[in-house]
Amino acid sequence: MRISGLKENVVRLAFLGTASISIIIVMLIFVFLGKEAFPFMKNPGLSQLLGSRWAPVSFIKEVYGIYPLLTGSLLITILATLISVPIGVCGAVYISEIAGNAEREFFKPFIEILAGIPSVVLGFFGLVTVAPLVKRIFNLPSGLTALTGALLLALMAIPTIITISEDAIRSVPRSFKEASLALGASRLQTTWRVTVPAALSGIIAAIMLGMGRVIGETMAVLMVTGNAAVITMSPFESVRTMTATIAAEMGEVPFGSAHYSALFWIGIILLVVTFALNMVAMRVLKRYRMS
Amino acid sequence: MNTAKKTFMASIMAVSFAFSPVFMSGKDAGAQETQYVTIKGSDTMVHLVSAWAEAFMTAHPDVEISVTGGGSGTGFAALLNKTTDICAASRQIKDQELKLASEKNINPKEIVVARDGIAVVVNPANPLNSLSIEQLGKIYTGAYTNWKQVGGPDAEIMVLSRESSSGTYVFFQEHVLKMKDYTPKARLMPATSSIIQTVETDKWAIGYVGLGYAVEAGSKIKALSVSDGGKTVAPSEATVKSGEYSISRPLYLYTNGEPTGAIKRIIDFCLGSEGQKIVRETGYITVSN
Repeated sequence: MRISGLKENVVRLAFLGTASISIIIVMLIFVFLGKEAFPFMKNPGLSQLLGSRWAPVSFIKEVYGIYPLLTGSLLITILATLISVPIGVCGAVYISEIAGNAEREFFKPFIEILAGIPSVVLGFFGLVTVAPLVKRIFNLPSGLTALTGALLLALMAIPTIITISEDAIRSVPRSFKEASLALGASRLQTTWRVTVPAALSGIIAAIMLGMGRVIGETMAVLMVTGNAAVITMSPFESVRTMTATIAAEMGEVPFGSAHYSALFWIGIILLVVTFALNMVAMRVLKRYRMS
Repeated sequence: MNTAKKTFMASIMAVSFAFSPVFMSGKDAGAQETQYVTIKGSDTMVHLVSAWAEAFMTAHPDVEISVTGGGSGTGFAALLNKTTDICAASRQIKDQELKLASEKNINPKEIVVARDGIAVVVNPANPLNSLSIEQLGKIYTGAYTNWKQVGGPDAEIMVLSRESSSGTYVFFQEHVLKMKDYTPKARLMPATSSIIQTVETDKWAIGYVGLGYAVEAGSKIKALSVSDGGKTVAPSEATVKSGEYSISRPLYLYTNGEPTGAIKRIIDFCLGSEGQKIVRETGYITVSN
């Protein structure tokens, strides 16, 4: 009896350990990022991050202003969201409400494949196909723009948005729709006025998770946005995102230098932003599941 | 740490079994065992180093060489972390890195193995054929933003640069920008191939690439002549070697301490007539000796 109880405890602890691994890792990442970023606060001081110029390799004076990187990430995230939300949500509505079973079975694997395409492959596709197209359509000097990056990121966000929104729309109780139809509303009216609003919190959560994916994505934007660290809100200019900056500069940076810890600060900012987006999305999802 | 330990153990075993020290990670180090050597660093040199490695391995099947790029800085970092045997670099080691090396008890040994000219490239449709170093400097620092300021048509200049992790970036900044900062509008491309790709498709772009890449790209792009104090010189093997073409630099291999064993054989090969022939074939310039 006691032995089996002991055994049970051991097994229990082992499983607890495996379950906690992700929590522990997240905490360790925070600790590690903080440790590497900390020296920047003493030298050259945290206020150095609040500047409008990012020039970490210089013979005159290195400056680490992250505004251009913040606005770069922000612009791309906004654009990608604007592109992916209508497509993702309408796609989800179609698949869950209008499409028949056979159609749904046809669509779903393709959406999953789109979700699984490695981002470097998408980036390559963007460089040779999307960038020249953007350049031609908008008659720009170069196709390496924020818009090109946003288009590729939208491709990555769409599967996330469709999958989670579809789930939300499908779990709207049948009785809602039946009531609406019984009151004389058409199918289209029912879908847009009853089902979608009822699933709205789930859809919002889907959008936020999609945004989390967009803001953290690196490889594709590194390849197609041109990476010029300028502050701009024009989709036709080149921008440099936070993720691309870390990816491009980490390889060279002298270990322990101010540049090195500045990159870790960017990492912290990114982590906090995605963390916040995920937290909000989870909250919203939870509320919607309870109702 | 682990790799270093393994390498160390392997060297000891190799010394006792064979006659020369060998860097490898196998357990038994018989004389006929394959020896593994890694070369890491400059993207500019990846072409050249890969060609060397292939030729060397064909001639010496007992040595297995793996070549990776990533930038000169990445190569130095790997040398300091003992994750590479040889570092290929398109710039000299920095004081900061040397200091770190002495802290880690590593003794970087510098060997000049070739020279490289940096070609300034534009789209073939661009009517300009030459620029002065001063004009280039002004374009890259952002003082000039339109081609008409350097005698071209009225069109905005699209400035392309390598990422700041590239040895070429720092070299160009030092010798052409005269240590000033790049314009923030410069688009930083992750690889030489993306510079060539963009110059090829964007009519008003300007970029810089290693001479070898410019030669290989052929008529897809146009390499500008550069004047530095009067004389206008086109980039070529002859002009880089004679020193007339001003944007040129030595290319290095770095080892930890005096090269020995397989590493020494590789470096001797690179400096030998066969290795230097490969230097010429890949579009770089031989070290005159």
